[in-house]
Parts: sequence; C-alpha cells; structure tokens
Amino acid sequence: MEPTATLGGQLYAFVSLFDPFCGPFGLLNLLPEGSLLSCGDTGWGDEVARGFFVTITLALCTLPIGLIIGLFLALAKQTEIRTLRTAANIYTTIFRGLPELLTIFMIYFGLQIAVREVAIALGFERGFDINSFIAGTIALSLVFSAYASEVLSSAFKAIPKGQYEAGHALGLRPGKTMRLIILPQLVRIALPGLGNLWMILIKDTALISVIGLGDTLRQTGIAAKVTKEAFFFYGTACLLFLALAMASSVVFSKIETWVRRSGVNQ
Amino acid sequence: MSIADDLIPPRPAPPVKAFRWTGLRILGASLLGLWILAGIALVLWLIDAWDIDKVTTYGPKFLSGLATTLTLVAISVSLGALLSVPIAFGRMSSNRFISSIAYGYVYFFRGTPLIAQLFLIYYGFGSFRDEFEAVGLWVFFRDAWNCALFAFTLNTAAYQAEILRGAIESVTRGQHEGAAALGLTRLQTFHRIIMPQAMIVALRPYGNEIILMIKGSAIVAIVTVFDLMGETRRAYSRTFDFQTYIWAAVFYLVIVEALRNIWEKLEQRLTRHLNR
Repeated sequence: MEPTATLGGQLYAFVSLFDPFCGPFGLLNLLPEGSLLSCGDTGWGDEVARGFFVTITLALCTLPIGLIIGLFLALAKQTEIRTLRTAANIYTTIFRGLPELLTIFMIYFGLQIAVREVAIALGFERGFDINSFIAGTIALSLVFSAYASEVLSSAFKAIPKGQYEAGHALGLRPGKTMRLIILPQLVRIALPGLGNLWMILIKDTALISVIGLGDTLRQTGIAAKVTKEAFFFYGTACLLFLALAMASSVVFSKIETWVRRSGVNQ
Repeated sequence: MSIADDLIPPRPAPPVKAFRWTGLRILGASLLGLWILAGIALVLWLIDAWDIDKVTTYGPKFLSGLATTLTLVAISVSLGALLSVPIAFGRMSSNRFISSIAYGYVYFFRGTPLIAQLFLIYYGFGSFRDEFEAVGLWVFFRDAWNCALFAFTLNTAAYQAEILRGAIESVTRGQHEGAAALGLTRLQTFHRIIMPQAMIVALRPYGNEIILMIKGSAIVAIVTVFDLMGETRRAYSRTFDFQTYIWAAVFYLVIVEALRNIWEKLEQRLTRHLNR
C-alpha cells in the first residue's frame, strides 16, 4: 500500500511539509548533493533531524509531569504537617543528590527487573522490554520535579501570608484561593528559576542516549562512527543543542514579558 | 465620651485544638511510612544479598573508582578556577571584541550538554589525529582520562567565570569609590576590598558547582574511565546484580550530602560577622 493512502500517512505527509530540516522548504535541502548532512539515503541529515525531534519530544513530555509532581512536592513542603514535609524532603534529597546518569540507569534496569518479576508472578513466561523513551521520561521527571519543587517552594515563601488571608476573607475555599490568587503570582515569581531548569532539562536529555534512545547525541554518534567524521557530527550535535537553548531563551523572555504584564509592582 | 468602668474579666487561653486525623495527615503519615518501609526493605535486601566474594572482588574497585571521581573533580575544579579568572575579566572587559569572545565561550559551554562536549573532545579530536601528532599533543588526547579532565576543566571554567563575574559585580560602586578615596591602587582595591566581599557572595554557588561536577563526572564512565560510575557499570555487567547500583547511589548520596553540610557550616562560619 502507498504510504500516503492512509489517513495517518496523509497527516504525516502534511506535517512533514513544515519539517524545518528535510521538508520541501527544509534548510538542509540547500546543501549540495552528497554532503554529510543532506537528506535521504546519501547523507545523515534526516537521521540527525529525527534525533533532534526525539530530544524535543522527550523534554516536552518530561516538563508537564515534572512540573505537576514538583508543584505537589512544593505544596507538601509548606504545610504544617511534619510527616508530609519530611516525606517531600527525602524525595528531594535523593533525586537531587544522585547523578542524573545513575538515576537513568537505575530506572532503566530497575524497572526492567521489576516488570519481569511482576510479569512472572502474574504468570507470563517472560518480562516485557521497557521502552528507553518511557524510562528516560520517568527518570528525568523524577530529577526535574525534585529541582522544580525547590524553585516553587521558595516562590511560595515569597508570597505574603496576607494573600491567603485575603482569599479567606473573600470567602474562597482553600483550593480556589490557591488557583485564583496564589498560583498566578507563583508563576510570575518562579518563572526565571523554571526557565533555568528547562535549560538543564534539555541538556540532561542527552544522557538518555546511553540507554539507547535515538536522540540527537545518539544519532550523531552513529553517523560519526559510520562516516569517521566524529568532530563534524558531535559539533553538529553541540550546535543543535545550542540552537535549542537559544530558541528556549527567546520563548522564555516572551513568556516572561507576557506574564509580567499583569504584575502590580513592576 | 464614655469611660469603661469595668475591665473585661480574665479568660482562659483558647483550648488547644484536638489532634485530628485529617486527610492530609493520613497522606503524610502514609508517605513517610512508605519511605521508611522502602528504607527498611532496602537494608534487609542488602543484608540478604551480601556476598563476601563480591564484596572482596568489587569493594576495593568501588573505592578506587571513588578516588578517581574525587581526583577528577578536584583537579578539574581547581584548574577551572584558574581558567575562569581571565574569562570573567574578559566578560567584564569594555573591549567589545574581548567581551564577545568570552561571552561566546561561556554561552557555548553552558548551552550544550557536558556529555556532548566530552564526546566532541574524546571522539571528535580523533579527526585531527595527524595535526595533533604533528604538534605532539596526541599523546595527551589519546587518553580518555585526559580528555575527560580537559572537557570538565573547560566546562567548569565557563560556569565558574559566571559565578565570579556575578560576585564581583555584586560589590557596589561605593566600595570602589571608597577605596579610591583612600588612595589604594587598583590591585590593592581588588585584593583588599572587592575580593573579600565577592567571595562571600560566590561561596554558595561555588559549593553548588562542585556538587554539580561530582554528579556530572559520572558520564566519564561512558568514555571508558573507571570512576565510581564506571566501576559500577563494570560490576553490573559481570554480576547482573542490581545492588551494585544501590551501592553506587549510597556512595554518591553520602558524598553529596556531606559536601553540602560541610559547605553550609563553612558558609555560616565565614559569614558570622554579617549576622546580627
């Protein structure tokens, strides 16, 4: 069957129109035929571009999970209940203290073992393979949430108690006070710190290549091994990460000015 | 005008709120209980899995790996501190050419992953083997340890340059003016007035940078340097025993937590004149 015959194929064809690397208007098409980074079977452009999208997808999948866990951790850290605070602090200490690479290996191999044990206990013949993308997302979410909880809890401390009291005086329930009064201010205070964490997250995604996920670093690494042009391809990887960092800082300064608009004391 | 002629009679203090098991308390207790259970289970498992053969085989290797990690971090952080001084001054220079070179350096090393930098140096420099051989540097870049040291030094120099610059710029202008009024030379001003104040500001970020380097140094295991992580991976690939990773985690956590606490004490001691 022709790949464009199915709906998914048509969708793919449509989306690839906007592929900035190898699409019809892609940058890499400007390269001369047969260069190292050209698209198609002759060059490595499309493989590297695919890795680049995997990197972005991984970071974008990790971000919401990490933020939500981090927010709950930050909430736990500022309650009066000591057990909850201690539990959250243990989490932060562990995942901020472990090297990211070790966390990734432990999640990847540990999850593999755990799934196998569970599967055998449930009566399957053997375990299932854990996708390195999923293991990577989990590991990075754990690390990201530990750091994010620190940023968010220091932002919580910057919000005066009077804001909670005002919410109470207006007759809002605690959940509504949080959503309508505290969180909008929290975002404004925490945004620079979260921006830094996003940059760190992008760089940490490169570590997932060691458990076999075909991200930017792994794809360029394969290209480097095959073509023996290691400096060129690892340099390309560095430049791609740099481009991602630049794009993120542009986006973040846009978001920051947008959020700051509603600020009172600017 | 009315005058109060009798005082409000004294009243007992409000009663202490009775302890109630709210939903959040139950959640907190159960989460903490989960951590404690996990900790106990881990200890029991480690005791159960304790194998004297493995300990005598891999224990000394772990310790030598630990020494490798600490040596690597110590050397690269010290060399990076030296290298960071010219970069920080380059960043603050009024010469646009110098400051943009320093900015480019810092932006590159802070904007790309350390692992990509390491690969660029370890694998990438192999592309220029003939050139390096011609100048006699190939002996240096052939070795994974040297490459790791080189990459880490360049990386941490960029981060430390930013710490240094931020700290120096945090010293207010009045301090410079005061020193000038006292007739101190520029070198004396820097040495006696600026640096002592800047270093106190820089203390905490420097501590964080050392911790980040200890954690980041785990990636040298990928380029065949047998540091703590490398020894762990080697032991795991031979025994398929997951406790090797647990032991590595314990080692790393102990180092990082110890360093964090020592640094906190150090900071408290060095800033005790600021507490009133």
